[in-house]
Amino acid sequence: MSSAAKPGTTVKTTYREAIRAALREAMQQDSRVFLMGEDVGRYGGCYAVSKGLLEEFGPERIRDTPLSESAFVGAGIGAALGGMRPIVEVMTVNFSLLCMDQIINNAATIRHMSGGQFSVPLVIRMATGAGRQLAAQHSHSLEGCYAHIPGIRVVAPATLEDARGMLATALADPDPVLIFEHAMLYNMEGELPTDAGAVDIDHAAVRRPGNDVSLITYGGSLGKTLSAADMLAVEGIDAEVIDLRTLRPLDDDTILTSVRKTQRAVIIDEGWRSVSLSAEVAARIAEHAFYDLDAPIARVCSAEVPIPYPKHLEQAALPQPDTIVATVKSLFGESNV
Amino acid sequence: MTQGEIKDIVLKELVSIAPELEGEEIDPDLDFRDQFDFDSIDFLNFAIGVHEKLEIDIPEVDYPKMSSLTGCIAYLESRLSTTAKE
Amino acid sequence: MSEFLMPSLGADMESGILVEWMVKPGERIHRGDTVAVVETVKGIIDIEIYQDGVIDELRVQPGEKVPVGTVLATLIGEGEEMAVQQEPKAPEEKAPPEKPELAPIPPPAEPTRRHGPRISPAARRRAAALHVDLEAVIGTGPDGAITVQDVEQVSAETGPAAMRRAIAAAMTRSKREIPHYYLGTTVDLSYTLTWLERQNAERPITERMVYAVPLIKAVALALGKVPDLNGFWVKDHFEMSESVHVGVAISLRQGGLVAPALHDVQSKDLDTLMQEFHDLVNRTRTGHISLSEFTKPTITFTSLGEQGVEITYPIIYPPQVAIVGFGSIIERPWSIEGHIESRRVIKATLAADHRVSDGHSGAVFLNTVNKLLQKPEAL
Repeated sequence: MSSAAKPGTTVKTTYREAIRAALREAMQQDSRVFLMGEDVGRYGGCYAVSKGLLEEFGPERIRDTPLSESAFVGAGIGAALGGMRPIVEVMTVNFSLLCMDQIINNAATIRHMSGGQFSVPLVIRMATGAGRQLAAQHSHSLEGCYAHIPGIRVVAPATLEDARGMLATALADPDPVLIFEHAMLYNMEGELPTDAGAVDIDHAAVRRPGNDVSLITYGGSLGKTLSAADMLAVEGIDAEVIDLRTLRPLDDDTILTSVRKTQRAVIIDEGWRSVSLSAEVAARIAEHAFYDLDAPIARVCSAEVPIPYPKHLEQAALPQPDTIVATVKSLFGESNV
Repeated sequence: MTQGEIKDIVLKELVSIAPELEGEEIDPDLDFRDQFDFDSIDFLNFAIGVHEKLEIDIPEVDYPKMSSLTGCIAYLESRLSTTAKE
Repeated sequence: MSEFLMPSLGADMESGILVEWMVKPGERIHRGDTVAVVETVKGIIDIEIYQDGVIDELRVQPGEKVPVGTVLATLIGEGEEMAVQQEPKAPEEKAPPEKPELAPIPPPAEPTRRHGPRISPAARRRAAALHVDLEAVIGTGPDGAITVQDVEQVSAETGPAAMRRAIAAAMTRSKREIPHYYLGTTVDLSYTLTWLERQNAERPITERMVYAVPLIKAVALALGKVPDLNGFWVKDHFEMSESVHVGVAISLRQGGLVAPALHDVQSKDLDTLMQEFHDLVNRTRTGHISLSEFTKPTITFTSLGEQGVEITYPIIYPPQVAIVGFGSIIERPWSIEGHIESRRVIKATLAADHRVSDGHSGAVFLNTVNKLLQKPEAL
């Protein structure tokens, strides 16, 4: 995408290509930016996001790392401390368990523990989620765990605009930002304005306005939630769909404004429900919008099992449009809306 | 006053107490109480209305004679002719 | 019994050749011991075993090529019988370890408060704003919970439906919360009726009295003697009323029942009461009643005699604590000083709140009413 693109025109692109465009633009505009991770260089990225970037920017700026998350995330923290603007790619959130100590104990704390003398302007990108039959150890949605940690920001782009625009804003943040890209979204196609640029990472977005129930979700579950909203419309239930976009900090205002209007809330989260992001959103709604609720808060999450390998079981374990629809309908009891 | 005129007045008074009777068929021989749930105040209002329209006194002991449409018309006819004679 | 299988020593290994056994049947082996030597395309490899036991049978012979997963040997665990002849070791009779006594965790205490129907917070607020009695609302939300829509639907109701709902709510609450006791007595009304007939014969039709009026006055005067039937139950205690405001149960032609009040009955003469009573019934039936006439009754009076019932068993209208009912006037043989006469009698029933009064109070009340109705000129 050239910077001389005509405003008002769109181009057909994919989520993957939008991220790639964001990476290229970041690298072109700031020489301190570099990309580091497993297979990002020669292989072009496990999900082909960085395909062609090594040829364009060279091995100093597109750096293949060994299979050692703790080491290369640590190196990223060090590079950020040293004045660079690294983008560290951890292949999937599943592998980030190996560098959780670096993220939680170093990246998240250094500003605080140095009394503000140092900051870690690091961006970590991770693929997340299930749906490709990669079985229990490779299908986690752990962004909720990271959203628990003070000192970092956590975002989840679910649209082409956000895939294209969140990276620049994350790089501009002087503190660590984790970007979670749902693996099933990379092939998502759509139209993107040719002049699409940076987007804010402070607010949730109302993707579909409605009056009867607030469906609150993020990332890979947004598409399913919008499908569910269409199915509910046929049955006379007008759903409002909120894309959280930022998981830490949560945009309380958008969430609560919506729930106060619709008086019903359903949270859709691919993580498991216990001790989860969905639990946090539910708690905040109960704390601040209790007297506006006309039905109990509901959640649609993955079944409380390690994610299965066989396709039919994996699909049965994940949130789906029809389970979302059924949950919403249960909030209306016998009354016909 | 003809029997027809008396009947009209009686019906009008009944309807003023029980508006739902408007245009309905009334069994002339059946007790008001049984037909349309008249209680003592209803009957009192009815009797007062008839008393005012026909300008005759209706002693309490005669109330039972006025308990049906047929009875009403017969009683009032005789009372009117009696009064006229006086 | 357990099995030692030809292991897979590489992703693409399909079979291996057993080169040599390092153990014999009957030999005790331990986890980590090398038990065999196997040849694969990658070379000759020592195979360890990962369990303790005794070698039972060697199923594959040196030189045999077998697929991965083939049972190479069987083993016996501690205390098992061997397939091959061996001195059977007397298994140690080890008593199974005692299952530790788990201290029972007492179940959570049953909540002592009775919870009513489920009402969403938003519905509760809406009901307060619209002055809707939640007792009157039927919930259609999940698990029968009351929702905002349910409240708004009730609020929007007018006319007979709204009244029916209000009656339903009040009567339900009454039967649920008020412990009723019932007393009845037969009153010889002949004196009162005769007195009334004589009075009415000398009055123009517009000033004649109906028999309900002396009944109502007698009730009000009797309450002077039994004040714990006259007042309101508020939260958890009785608030006596100084004055007697009798709620008169009036049925509406279009259906429904209301009981607006005649005020300060104890201090008014019968003529005044008749005027007020007549006016009240007329206004009620034409819909011209004020709110205070509905909220102030300190007791309710109901008479169903004209519908032909002998006895009433009335239901107290909360927050009142009593209700008096009268049936029809019937001619009955009556014993007076030893001889039988035909008398016109009426059955009076009292239903009262046992939280406030006892049968004794109720009995005194009914007796007083009876006595008062034997001297109608004093009412």
